[in-house]
Amino acid sequence: MSAGTNKIGVVVTDIVPLNELVTRFKFERADGGLLPTFSGGAHTVIEMKDGETTRLNPYSLMSDPADRHAYTISVRRDDAGRGGSLFLHKNVRIGDEMVISYPVNLFALDLRAHKHLMIAGGIGITPFLAQIKQLSATNGRFELHYACRNQALGSYVDDLTTAHPNNVHVYFDDDGQALDLENLLDGQPLGTHIYICGPKGMINWVRDTAERLGWPREAVHYEEFLAPQSGKPFTVKLAKSDLEFEVGEHQSLLEAIEAAGVDAPYLCRGGACGQCETDVLEADGEILHRDHWLEDDEKESGKKIMPCVSRFEGRIIVLDR
Amino acid sequence: MTIQFNDETFRDDYTFTNSERAIKRFPFPFHEDSYMYSVNMEQHQGGPEGSIYEKRFDVDEHYISEMKDRALVLDEDPLRCQSLPHMTLAGWDLLELIMVSKSEDYPDLFELHRDGNNWHWINKPLGIEQKFVFMDESTLPYGPMEYITRQTQGDFALLDQRDENLWMDAGTVTTQADWSLDFDIGMNFFEWHAPVPLAAEMGVFKRALKFLLNIQQGMPARRLNWTMTVNPLLDTSPENYHKWGVQKTTLTPENVGQKQYLRVELQTFFRLPRSNGMVFPIRCYLISLEDLVTIPKWGRRLHRVIRDVPEELATYKGFIDNRPLIVDYLSKFDDGAPTSDGVWPD
Ligand code: FES
Repeated sequence: MSAGTNKIGVVVTDIVPLNELVTRFKFERADGGLLPTFSGGAHTVIEMKDGETTRLNPYSLMSDPADRHAYTISVRRDDAGRGGSLFLHKNVRIGDEMVISYPVNLFALDLRAHKHLMIAGGIGITPFLAQIKQLSATNGRFELHYACRNQALGSYVDDLTTAHPNNVHVYFDDDGQALDLENLLDGQPLGTHIYICGPKGMINWVRDTAERLGWPREAVHYEEFLAPQSGKPFTVKLAKSDLEFEVGEHQSLLEAIEAAGVDAPYLCRGGACGQCETDVLEADGEILHRDHWLEDDEKESGKKIMPCVSRFEGRIIVLDR
Repeated sequence: MTIQFNDETFRDDYTFTNSERAIKRFPFPFHEDSYMYSVNMEQHQGGPEGSIYEKRFDVDEHYISEMKDRALVLDEDPLRCQSLPHMTLAGWDLLELIMVSKSEDYPDLFELHRDGNNWHWINKPLGIEQKFVFMDESTLPYGPMEYITRQTQGDFALLDQRDENLWMDAGTVTTQADWSLDFDIGMNFFEWHAPVPLAAEMGVFKRALKFLLNIQQGMPARRLNWTMTVNPLLDTSPENYHKWGVQKTTLTPENVGQKQYLRVELQTFFRLPRSNGMVFPIRCYLISLEDLVTIPKWGRRLHRVIRDVPEELATYKGFIDNRPLIVDYLSKFDDGAPTSDGVWPD
């Protein structure tokens, strides 16, 4: 049972380049039926058959959660990455059939909040687009602060400022505009929840500032999917499955386990959800932890690994899988 | 398949009965001759034809009478149905899930016609026809959760998910095995399970929570739980213990077969799409020992299970005082023959 998610066969029905980096893709059900509704903040995992390798990458759903005819995602091209976004940008055409997962939400709104304060950086805007549609339909109160490089790279800036002129604030880095975070957090009404999606630096900055100002931990939500990174090949042994194989340079450990025919659990594939947590039985070398899930002491213990993003350098690593 | 609905009571004169068909499809919970607490989850994706696992929300011969009993309980004690303000969206999720499931699974009994947000619901067994606007509470006589759970067998715990935990923030609970919504409302998963003995030590709750948080849209799960109840009483709530607790003292060797019931809960678990919450429907099935032993394998096995469960468990499940009576009665149906694996009759 891989992560307990159902799969859906879809067709790509639209591809719209938004600017030099970001392209929007639209999917409809291949059998012509309706897609499941979802909640704002949910992502779907897209399967990509890239030659020999199958990639499974998570992307936030940005379309209206109540619209069951189509899902849309926006993908930023990552020229330095391992190829998931490049594959979508270069190889996928209108009319192609693809397989995606049912929506999974690891960045849900806290529906108790009296106000939702959203802070987005760059392509981190996408989950908020769906959340804003959800909140608009239910008269929820929100305020979005969106930082991006410049007007040309600011995906959806115009749509957002037109639709919600009073709730959307945009900051262009190139123009030297910056969010006055302390002031912003200081002036929030009781019962406000903060949501952050963007680069790591931004997430840490907002979380640290909020903590310093005394915000309760449960009122600060963030989502950061890490992309698995390339690294030196290494050998892994799966004790339960009694298999031994090599993890390639551009393959994640999880992908290699799947390629060996073992059904391993996952949800986010980005080091955030905890589902892929695996016990390490032996490691002759060093585990390169890259996830947001394990506590520091767990990382140091060398007894656990998150195979979706973490790697290994050394002779061999033996996993309880 | 048309269902012949019973006209029966779950209180006072207790006219509740199981037809032969209901006995055959009873969810007997013991797959071997002993019982050990475990999480025992499986996917809730159908089951053998005619079994209670086949449909997403099983409708059986007790449907109409159970709904009458629920209305009585809610009249007496409106706090059995509560929803914290942030749970309304989850209530709509539940209404949609049940209406869509029932109209697809029982097209001869239920119909749902949707034109955008203008919905038309027809519940033939209960004689209800309702036109309403989806997501507009003012167009229904009750809130969405209460509206649909007054038309669906089983208790419903509606849960919010946040901080990697589940919170019992809404529900309709009128047929519970000795727990109270009014007491548990607002509690998280660990808080509302606090009184279970033994299991906490085994760390099963942590694993259970992890499993539940992992349940995704389109992949519901299920498990069974069981206890023993004297008389076919649905509402064995702590609020009413003074009324039903004393009934436990009315068992005699002569009446134990008719008055002692095995009570089995089918617990299902669904992710709710719009709210990202969850719903745990808890459906109660009752069978008298007398009816149960008509399936020889079940009679033999229940005898062995009840005889051998640890004292703490028999106490927790509330039948420790009556255990000798029950075991005595059941022993007459246990010839010592081996039983086959699994829950199904031979
Ligand atoms: S799959 Fe989510 S942490 Fe690895």
